[in-house]
Amino acid sequence: MRRQTFAGHVLAHVGFTGATGAVLIGVPPPWGLTVMTVSAGIGMGAMAERLLQRDVANGIILALALGLGLLSLHFFTAYATQATALLFGNVLAVDDGTVWTLLGLGALSVIMLAVISRPLLFASLQPELAEAGGVSLRLYSVLFAAIVALATAGCVQLVGVLLVFALTVGPAAAAQQVATGVATGLVLSVEFALAEAWAGITLAFYTDWPSSFWITALSAGIL
Amino acid sequence: MNAIEFHDVSVRLGGREVLNLVTLEIATGEFVGVLGPNGAGKTTLMRAILGLIPASRGTIRVLGRPAARGNPAIGYMPQVRGAGSHLRLSGCDFVASAVDGHRIGKPFPGKTARAEVNRVLGLVGAMELGRRPLAELSGGERQRLLLAQALIGRPQLLLLDEPMSNLDPHFQASAVALAKSLQTELGVTILFSAHELNPLLGATDRVLYLGRGRAALGTVDEVITGSVLSRLYGTELDVIRLNGRIFVMAGSRDVEHEPVPAHDLLGMSPHDA
Ligand SMILES: Nc1ncnc2c1ncn2[C@@H]1O[C@H](COP(=O)(O)OP(=O)(O)OP(=O)(O)O)[C@@H](O)[C@H]1O
Ligand SMILES: [Mg+2]
Repeated sequence: MRRQTFAGHVLAHVGFTGATGAVLIGVPPPWGLTVMTVSAGIGMGAMAERLLQRDVANGIILALALGLGLLSLHFFTAYATQATALLFGNVLAVDDGTVWTLLGLGALSVIMLAVISRPLLFASLQPELAEAGGVSLRLYSVLFAAIVALATAGCVQLVGVLLVFALTVGPAAAAQQVATGVATGLVLSVEFALAEAWAGITLAFYTDWPSSFWITALSAGIL
Repeated sequence: MNAIEFHDVSVRLGGREVLNLVTLEIATGEFVGVLGPNGAGKTTLMRAILGLIPASRGTIRVLGRPAARGNPAIGYMPQVRGAGSHLRLSGCDFVASAVDGHRIGKPFPGKTARAEVNRVLGLVGAMELGRRPLAELSGGERQRLLLAQALIGRPQLLLLDEPMSNLDPHFQASAVALAKSLQTELGVTILFSAHELNPLLGATDRVLYLGRGRAALGTVDEVITGSVLSRLYGTELDVIRLNGRIFVMAGSRDVEHEPVPAHDLLGMSPHDA
């Protein structure tokens, strides 16, 4: 709705850089990933509060992140399997600790979103009017980007950098095409995402193909 | 009390003086038509009143207080449209997003918000549009939703930036009539910008004509004269009255309908008026 889907993609790549960088300096990858995505999100939000400039800002951050990620990879070719895990993820290889981290990240983003969603919706639908009404476009742009970043950081650990797009953007886009109300749209997109994820895992179990493949295939299918 | 007071106000945008030492007073309950060619500063004036653009000089007072953003007593219909034209969101939910939109919280309208949405949709005769998705509405229909949105919260001052563009003559007349009824029945002060004077003739108490950084505020008879408009446009203009309609002519051209050639408007600083 904010025409910012590209941002989710960029953040996922940024997360990859963060995780590889973290391994390099000896920090657990999930932390590097979260810190890096959130700061990139805030940077993107601050740079581009206006619709038209957003893609440029996102592009700059993306290029920067990919460059840095490549640099980190250059120094740590030995960890190829870990890199693959980051890029493609594996839903079935999540341990207890990760589940709690993810629950924490998820809860935090949902709570933040619940608090700011009304002005955020207003600012997204009617920036001029919202600004006149005293809503700071920049503040909400930054907050929203930070929330997207948190959620992305969570998802990346599940489905991997390359596929996170499928779960964050796909269901919401599909819901937007059918729902005419804000509430129904939100409920539908959550339902789509859950359905995709569960069906993906089930299919992976029966076919022995990677669950990430099935999830993205379903996401594309729903659209 | 005056609804709007400008005292020696200058507004600079991108290094250009869009408003240059403008002084004016608009009384509460007045209906003022805001006119002027493209780029004259109609939108800029409204954004300055909303506190979105600071004055580089002078003071702006709105409803007795210095202009500042977030004033709930002002209803605004921005000129920039096309918002949400790709969305399946229903008209109702779109309008509802402006109810208390500046307060933090969840975006699901409660009972009072729903009632407010229905009230403003009823005012602009758009009850039926509220049930349809935005993507399926015409430009003019979406515009009526924007007009409804401007009425949320019963504002005392309405800034309508070209509410008639995209509307057919029938809806143009009803937009003017609606604004007029808000003025007469609720005492709302109205600034109504337009490119054409004639649809506003029966409704405006006074007109505010902008051009080349200057402003002329007065009754139609005071402002729409050859000498005042020639000064604002910076070129020789005649005013012709015909069957209750007014035409502003540059030589044999009607300037509201045909563009003034670029060399007439460009290359002149506001100072050589
Ligand atoms: N953000 C900006 N930066 C620089 N100049 C600007 C900006 N916004 C507007 N201007 C300039 O200010 C002048 C007044 O613009 P404004 O939008 O107020 O005109 P307007 O009377 O509303 O015109 P229109 O009839 O086309 O809507 C124009 O010359 C425009 O180029
Ligand atoms: Mg304008």
